[in-house]
Amino acid sequence: MTANALLEFLLRQGDTTLVLGHRLSEWCGQAPALEEDIALANTALDLIGQTQMWLGYAAEVEGAGRTADDLAYRREAWDFRNLLMAEQPNGDYGRTLMRQFLFDGFNVLHLDALQSSTDERIAGIAAKSVKEARYHLQRSTETVIALGDGTAESNRRMQAALDHLWPYTGEMFVADAVEAAMAETGIAPDPSTLRAEWGRTVRAGMAEATLTVPDSDFAHQGGKNGKRHSEHLGHMLAVTQSLPRAYPDASW
Amino acid sequence: MSAQPDTGRPDTDRIWDWLDAVPDPEIPVISVVDLGIVRDVRWDGGTVEVAVTPTYSGCPATAIIALDIETALRDRGIRDIRIKTQIAPAWTTDWLSDKGRARLEEYGIAPPRAAGGPAHCPRCKSDDVERVSQFGSTPCKAQWRCRDCMEPFDYFKCI
Repeated sequence: MTANALLEFLLRQGDTTLVLGHRLSEWCGQAPALEEDIALANTALDLIGQTQMWLGYAAEVEGAGRTADDLAYRREAWDFRNLLMAEQPNGDYGRTLMRQFLFDGFNVLHLDALQSSTDERIAGIAAKSVKEARYHLQRSTETVIALGDGTAESNRRMQAALDHLWPYTGEMFVADAVEAAMAETGIAPDPSTLRAEWGRTVRAGMAEATLTVPDSDFAHQGGKNGKRHSEHLGHMLAVTQSLPRAYPDASW
Repeated sequence: MSAQPDTGRPDTDRIWDWLDAVPDPEIPVISVVDLGIVRDVRWDGGTVEVAVTPTYSGCPATAIIALDIETALRDRGIRDIRIKTQIAPAWTTDWLSDKGRARLEEYGIAPPRAAGGPAHCPRCKSDDVERVSQFGSTPCKAQWRCRDCMEPFDYFKCI
């Protein structure tokens, strides 16, 4: 059970960074300002770099001779274990940044706790990633505040983004059998224990952004257990996987 | 023990010196040693093992750096080289050498500071500077601007 749970956990980590990293990269060449374009491309690059570490370790734990690339490019939508929030289409720029803020807040707390994992590899990956994640959070916080507390139009869009994304945040904190096995062995924290602090970070940011946090704890689920991905993931994978699937083992 | 009996096995201090002549591919005024990414050099039998740590986890220069290190050592006559990627402990800008910091500044890139921003404009030395973007042309840099000489410049992010 534990080896299997560990693999599931690593896929959750790596698939979330892969899918979110790809979503962010979709803005490359299209963001509203050059600086924004570069910022999102760099954030995407960090997330894809983290993916290599998570999925690289996942492939080793699996022990089936697959590599990180095989996991990224040769699995089907139902094999993915990313958060549903990560696979949602970008929407407008405000929604993309709001998603980043909501995720970064969780990611920093989670990685921070993972630095003291009983699994040395995980502790090392977390220590490397958390530095990048803190920088992401600093930027996404500043940006959502600037836009929330900006013009009437930017405020309206940021509130719409927060309302739309809120039901996707709960999945980050759901503790199922995989998370319970990880917590029991000291490999990873029970994510539900991170919720209160995340809530404080988010409410503080949203208050400054003059936005109202929705009063609902309804949570869409099915991403990190792979049971019910949204239709969007398959469309995204059709893009990300098209080259390796059309030209298997291509190299350049 | 030595696999290279003719010339004798170069000691690791010499190898460090050779590596200090390998430029960073994206900021060629500093070496890979200045950047603090070469963590260890050791002989394992007749093989030189060089431990390298990435700056940022997704830095695209990582593969080129490994290749450049290998090429440089091969040019010095070392045949058996192993590059080991090591992520822990995580790279920090504290590992930049003083020589590296000085060269960055001469080149026009403000060196990292714990305060989170450049001390002054690397060109005119004015301290009237402002941030343009938290990110820049490579993962390790941010964009700043000098309000005196009006020049934009790179700042090496402090992590």
